[in-house]
Amino acid sequence: MKSLYLIIPFAPLVGAIVAGFFGRAIGRAGSHWVTSLGVAISFACSLLVFQDVMAGHTFNGTLYSWLESGGLKFEIGFLIDRLTAIMMIVVTFVSLMVHIYTIGYMAHDEENWPVDSLARTYSYQRFFSYISLFTFSMLMLVMSNNFVQLFFGWEAVGLVSYLLIGFWCNRPTAIYANLKAFLVNRVGDFGFLLGIGLIAAYAGSLDYFTVFAKGKELAAATVELIPGSSWALISVICIGLFIGAMGKSAQFPLHVWLPDSMEGPTPISALIHAATMVTAGIFMVSRMSPLFELSEAALSFVIVIGAITAFFMALIAIVQTDIKRVVAYSTLSQLGYMTVALGASAYSVAIFHLMTHAFFKAVLFLGAGSVIIAMHHEQDMRRMGGLRKYMPITYATVLIGAIANAGLPPFAGFFSKDSIIEAVHLSHIPGAGFAYAALLAGVFIGGLYSFRLVFFAFHGEERFRHAGAHHGDHGEHGHGHHAEPHESPKVVTVPLILLAIPSIAAGWFIGPMLFGGYFGDAIVIAPEHGALAHMKESFHGVIAMMIHALGTLPFWFAVSGAATAWFLYIVRPDLPAVIKARLAPFAWVLEKKYGFDDFNDWFFAGGARLLGRGLWRGGDEVLIDGVAVNGSASLVGRFAFVVRRLQSGHIYQYAFSMIIGVFVLLTLWLNRT
Amino acid sequence: MSSQLLSLAIWLPIFGAFAVLATGSERRDAMRWLALVVAVAGFLVTLPLYAGFDRTQAGMQFVEQAPWIPGLNIHYLLGVDGISVLFILLNSFITVLVVLAGWTVIEEKQAQYMGAFLIMSGLMNGIFCALDAMLFYVFFEASLIPMYLIIGVWGGPKRVYAAFKFFLYTLLGSLLMLIALIYLYLASGGSFNLLEWHQVRLEMTPQILLFVAFLVAFAVKVPMWPVHTWLPDAHVEAPTGGSVVLAAIMLKLGAYGFVRFSLPIAPDASQYLAPLMITLSLIAVVYIGFVALVQTDMKKLVAYSSISHMGFVTLGFFIFNQLGVEGALVQMISHGFVSGAMFLCIGVMYDRMHSRNIADYGGVINTMPKFAALFLFFAMANSGLPATSGFVGEFMVILGAIKFNFWVGFAAATTLILGAAYTLWMVKRVAFGTVGNDHVRQLSDINSRELLVLGLLALAVLAMGIYPFPFTDVMHASVDNLLKHVAVSKL
Repeated sequence: MKSLYLIIPFAPLVGAIVAGFFGRAIGRAGSHWVTSLGVAISFACSLLVFQDVMAGHTFNGTLYSWLESGGLKFEIGFLIDRLTAIMMIVVTFVSLMVHIYTIGYMAHDEENWPVDSLARTYSYQRFFSYISLFTFSMLMLVMSNNFVQLFFGWEAVGLVSYLLIGFWCNRPTAIYANLKAFLVNRVGDFGFLLGIGLIAAYAGSLDYFTVFAKGKELAAATVELIPGSSWALISVICIGLFIGAMGKSAQFPLHVWLPDSMEGPTPISALIHAATMVTAGIFMVSRMSPLFELSEAALSFVIVIGAITAFFMALIAIVQTDIKRVVAYSTLSQLGYMTVALGASAYSVAIFHLMTHAFFKAVLFLGAGSVIIAMHHEQDMRRMGGLRKYMPITYATVLIGAIANAGLPPFAGFFSKDSIIEAVHLSHIPGAGFAYAALLAGVFIGGLYSFRLVFFAFHGEERFRHAGAHHGDHGEHGHGHHAEPHESPKVVTVPLILLAIPSIAAGWFIGPMLFGGYFGDAIVIAPEHGALAHMKESFHGVIAMMIHALGTLPFWFAVSGAATAWFLYIVRPDLPAVIKARLAPFAWVLEKKYGFDDFNDWFFAGGARLLGRGLWRGGDEVLIDGVAVNGSASLVGRFAFVVRRLQSGHIYQYAFSMIIGVFVLLTLWLNRT
Repeated sequence: MSSQLLSLAIWLPIFGAFAVLATGSERRDAMRWLALVVAVAGFLVTLPLYAGFDRTQAGMQFVEQAPWIPGLNIHYLLGVDGISVLFILLNSFITVLVVLAGWTVIEEKQAQYMGAFLIMSGLMNGIFCALDAMLFYVFFEASLIPMYLIIGVWGGPKRVYAAFKFFLYTLLGSLLMLIALIYLYLASGGSFNLLEWHQVRLEMTPQILLFVAFLVAFAVKVPMWPVHTWLPDAHVEAPTGGSVVLAAIMLKLGAYGFVRFSLPIAPDASQYLAPLMITLSLIAVVYIGFVALVQTDMKKLVAYSSISHMGFVTLGFFIFNQLGVEGALVQMISHGFVSGAMFLCIGVMYDRMHSRNIADYGGVINTMPKFAALFLFFAMANSGLPATSGFVGEFMVILGAIKFNFWVGFAAATTLILGAAYTLWMVKRVAFGTVGNDHVRQLSDINSRELLVLGLLALAVLAMGIYPFPFTDVMHASVDNLLKHVAVSKL
């Protein structure tokens, strides 16, 4: 069995190495074959592991000892349980779909590069190498049995994200976005590392189970971070870890990098910035449930942050006109939902929503990508419209994704989202009331922005016809503007269809996953956090749940959101502009994204540079060099005015006189005693 | 006395250097191949040091002893323990790369250039294995002469200022160190044997005075804030090879001095003054991190980054736990690889463009894709990305620091953000974007020799990141011993 575990992460790694270093030799087809094959093997093996795990076999073992120091063992090893197994399937499946899709999406990538760039030559191979490397990193992250490897995977997915956001590295926006993404994530990792450091210091181990076993001790301990006030150690640890999750899973206020990450090619927006990497934080907190359950304060913090993200990011999605950015803000909002579920101690519900979201959000992104290809890299929905008759498959799949995203039954998103709202409703954690209100309002907005996207891009007037003149600046796509958009090739539509199926059906497994004890020991819930147990009592099957939902608020909120979108974008398409004009200040705030970007640029980026310049010019040059060094130098200089002739500027003379000086001093000292 | 490996490690490069000098720059091919053979042989003789090292022993191994100046009881006494052995390997490895890096770019007095580096390599091996204080002092001071020459002869336009600044900084420290050595000679009853000094009982006042004397000497070398300002100037004026050796090896001499002299000789003073040392180290990490952010000259940026990274080394030493000390040693080795590689990368660009200004570049990836990949790799290592060597030491020191005091760890961990910010912002402006100007447009990608040099370093960085166990495994016994020794009061 152990060799099977090894194959799962390393098959994609081999693919990445082969495509990355031998891309020239094996060519484009060779590269996409070898990487897709690697991920396919990985997916097949994940299925086997899933079956094995379902049969009751779990695994926790060490691969090799990375380092030993100070009584701490740092090891590389795997923990395979039910939580891991579900993550492995989601990651490898979406990754495989994205690999196949990429064959179509990146087929003409050379058009995206300057003609004389040497980096253009193997960009296709490089892209495949990166996404396979990502798959490897993500699998190492989820399969880890310790904090060190978790941090490895954590940073490695960040690296690949950086490489891929900046893939088209000639575009100023792309290389701005990838640096921003990396640095914002590093802010999160800063907290994450402090959390890990506290665990190492107080639990004396970085192995998951050893640490979990010491949970009670950690919960009893207090630390005096500020003299005079003692804090519960476990809360400090969990909040530190969660700050890491806030970076990676783009939670307020560290969410700022995710919308900009849309500068990367669309396949990675689907794979990394929707389905898998951004959910690493959700996964991590679920994995740490034995620790988070011990800290009411941390859970409260989690639920409030999640609720803020879920509601306020959804609002921004309403005013976006770039099709990818709508989906990006929708992702932020959905990640907020998952985070709220974590805060309500409904970890399994968070993972369930993570899974359904991975499918329907991948569909939305890949569908948006399909539109973008058809529109010759036009992403502005104001220049789309009426696409449904030209791209029926893309339309159908995006529609499925949108319904699932809006949370309407019987689609996957309904079951997971509804469960989150129910869990929050039942939770007694401080902040749960606020979260409940935020999520309910978020459901309405979710319905609105999801269907706005569908109606705006696929229905109504065919605005692309008179938009041709606008994008002459996309010189590389100068041809074909007058041709009608057409459906994408099979390599693009087949993955869309394969992802649309679970976007409908994945929710039907809610019974076994949430209430059938699927996660077993992988997730620990304290008895006093009984929301999920309470929900289990009132769950009577999928059909009953749907019927019950017809009489609840979330359902009608989602429906009215959808209806609003229909009214505004189908019935009265003139209205949105009027509303926007009436609510100008409000729209302005949303379009400014609450001013986070401007503030960060001004305060953090600008402030750091100002401080750096101040320390450099004021500290190093004026105080140290000016006063101390050159001051003593001029003192020496004045003194040496008399003996100037000795200062010939020849280094060897200085060295020589130094040796003589040493000799004289030595003699003096020896004679004195 | 069965083994003369340490003597070989010192004298083989030095005598080889004389052979290189004798061959002369006129017979260029013969000379540089000879230099390469000497450097490689110098590296090969250090390998048995690692292979034959007894990990269970904390004491000195491969010891060689012979009387040198019997009148003053000065001995030719050599030996290595788990702390010093890796630096001899690192130094000899870097020398090979430096010889390769100077293969074609040095056109004037190439024999002297190669000779200077080989001599310096031997002298620095001497520093790392000298167990007689006078012998140490001679090597320590002598190693400056080739460095002066390298900066002075093959350096940039302001080399005299840089050399003078360095001279001024070092002068005071060297003298104070000499006084300290003589004091210890007297206090130990007429011995220069370092290991005997470790056992000498000292009162608090002399301990503090000794500590301060050593501090001045070693802090300049590290360099610690606020005696760091010579380094950016020295780097900017030095030729590429000089910068590589300066960053990879010479900075380590000061840090090595702390573990060999300050901590074991004055343990009580070390404990007493630890808060000062920790504060200075954290200032180096944070303050210098901000200064690095706004540099416009690539070499200055990497020089400041070096100071910031060396702050982790001194921090690790003075939190007195195994994670900290071993992390600091790992950081020293990793910094040798990574900063060396960064300076080599800048050298590759400088050789083609004759500019170190970030603003003169942009979009290098479009003309030098292979180089850009390596440059980005080393930049990531410089930002402490896991699975590169840059992560290991920082991670260990941060964990050790959190154990010591949360806020110390907190301040140290800011490097996660600052290090990434200044390194990757530079990469963005240099390597990414559209081709900035015609000079960049005409760049040619790295040749196979440059690829070899950078590739070897990349492998080292990666190997140490993925499997650091063999590096720390050697250190355990000696570091344990050091920590136990420091914990016992000498009062």
